[in-house]
Amino acid sequence: MHIAVCIKQVPDTANVRINPETNTLMREGVESILNPYDEYALEQALALRDEYGAKVTALSMGPPQARLILREALARGADDAALLSDRAFAGADTWATSYILAQAIKQLKPKVDLVLFGKQAIDGDTAQVGPGVSEFLKYPLVTYVRNLQVSDTGHFTAETLMDEGVEVIEGQLPAVVTVVKESATPRFAPLAGWMGSQHTEIPSWGVKQLKAVPDLCGLQGSPTRVVKIFAPPVKSGGTRMDGRELPSAAVDAIVALLREKGAVK
Amino acid sequence: MSEAPIQINPDLCRGCKKCVSACPFGVLYMDGKMVMLKPDECRGCLACVQSCPFQAITAVTPDEVDHERLREYHDIWVFAEQSGGKVLEVAYELLATGRRLADQRGCALAAVVLGHEIGHTADHLIAAGADKVILADDPLLATYEANVYTDALHQLILRHKPEVVLAGATAIGRGFFAKVAVRCYTGLTADCTALAIDRETTLLHQTRPAFGGNIMATIMTPNHRPQMATVRPHVFKMNSPNASRTGETLLEALKLAQPATRVTRKIPASSSVNIAAADIIVAGGRGLQKAENLQLLQRLAQLLGGVVGVSRACVDAGWISAAHQVGQSGQTVSPKVYFAFGISGAIQHLEGMRSADTIIAVNNDPNAPIFDVADLGIIGDLTEIIPALADALEARARN
Repeated sequence: MHIAVCIKQVPDTANVRINPETNTLMREGVESILNPYDEYALEQALALRDEYGAKVTALSMGPPQARLILREALARGADDAALLSDRAFAGADTWATSYILAQAIKQLKPKVDLVLFGKQAIDGDTAQVGPGVSEFLKYPLVTYVRNLQVSDTGHFTAETLMDEGVEVIEGQLPAVVTVVKESATPRFAPLAGWMGSQHTEIPSWGVKQLKAVPDLCGLQGSPTRVVKIFAPPVKSGGTRMDGRELPSAAVDAIVALLREKGAVK
Repeated sequence: MSEAPIQINPDLCRGCKKCVSACPFGVLYMDGKMVMLKPDECRGCLACVQSCPFQAITAVTPDEVDHERLREYHDIWVFAEQSGGKVLEVAYELLATGRRLADQRGCALAAVVLGHEIGHTADHLIAAGADKVILADDPLLATYEANVYTDALHQLILRHKPEVVLAGATAIGRGFFAKVAVRCYTGLTADCTALAIDRETTLLHQTRPAFGGNIMATIMTPNHRPQMATVRPHVFKMNSPNASRTGETLLEALKLAQPATRVTRKIPASSSVNIAAADIIVAGGRGLQKAENLQLLQRLAQLLGGVVGVSRACVDAGWISAAHQVGQSGQTVSPKVYFAFGISGAIQHLEGMRSADTIIAVNNDPNAPIFDVADLGIIGDLTEIIPALADALEARARN
């Protein structure tokens, strides 16, 4: 079995802000991390490999710095990694990103049986790239999986978190699966893993190696355009009071407001 | 029906199949040694034109005609997700917004229902603002499977050419809309918090938070159709139904493939808590300091007929299940009253609750950002204030 795990390097979103004067992103000094949901996808791949035997290949589309998270994937136990990087990929939306990842997965040998994604990335939060890749590959799609079992014959059973509860879904590989954090506790990379990962070459594939069509890559291939970014509006503050000296006054104020809103009689 | 965007010259084609593998949509196929096109499904991306070493494929459509092609798309669609024959609330919320957009654009609003034995939904959808209800009633659509749903909506889009298609950002909506957008070669914007028609360009302005809610972005899909977007439940308000509205119902027959996966078992949510539907949410955060203090919230919630919510810190600490989590990685809520006890108000949390009608915050840090969004902000110790409040409410209930 060959498992591809698609991972993304993201800014630690809690620290990204807008420059109010220029309305542009202030990303300086913001740390880049492996998208937390992708850690669960990687762990799911490694756990399946440990149990059934498989080859695990980590893929990431991004600038050359994204090698760092691929190195981390190797340190945790991935067998192979490839960076998908090209100037032509810049400005890709979820459509163009899905296209490149799918092109890469089509190149991998042996044929990929299972493609794993985290349920979404914390910078864009779209949850669209996993489904998009399934469409390009024509693989069945199962989203929000918390438990995945695969038999020798490639029959899989997945527990998915839907809005109304859990559904147990069965099917046959190949498939694209996106996982939630309930799926696994990510392992740490052992020191030996980090040392070993230094010896594995991480190739960088661009338009040519991926046999991609330039017009479908990056901004040019992206149907969407960001026309404006701005800081979120803040609701104007209401009544403020200090309840440290006299908590009962605070309680009275709360009760009065609840009555006014009809929440208590 | 317009002309296919590409033309294949049989005299130049050598049957090398390079175009077949270059086509991202799988609409080129071999018929013997000749390459053939499924013209309706070709999106005109011209990947094949570039891939052909023999110049056997040419683009038919110059840029001018491309704009002609865009103009063929009209009307606004809302995907009305149903479960067991009952349309989800988020669909009604989208119909209220869709109605406003359709009036602005001067076009019709349609609700699209996929499922089996769903005819009874039409009247409700028309009363909620739809001019048309498009029903795809098929046993294969009885349960959700991503590819079958994608086939169905894609076929309807090819048939009717809607200009805008909206869906709730539910597990299902998010799952298959991205596939439909890829298959249509069009843009999809997730989790929009505002939608508007741009006066000048008549394009749909899709505004959404990004980077954990620290930034808002407005996105458009200028040259591809339909313009697609998802919206989280409870972000928009629904209109009250108007039973006197009339509309048209279209029954659509589709050619669907068998599903690749099947649901073998359903386990209903173990906790019956549904914070997204609650009118009153009593929420706590890191300031609770220990799991035992959740009991303070529970008592208050019980007295008010509300539910307990928490910030991410409490879930990460293992105090309570993720079903209670409010915020960007939890649920988006818009209750009538939202209590925030010991919640500092990280942007990720604010994103999930800022649309509550009334926000009451108690925090011992006078500089907590939660006070910026609170209608009533109290600097104080929650372990003093909650029991006192609960006692006061109990006393009122007795009298």
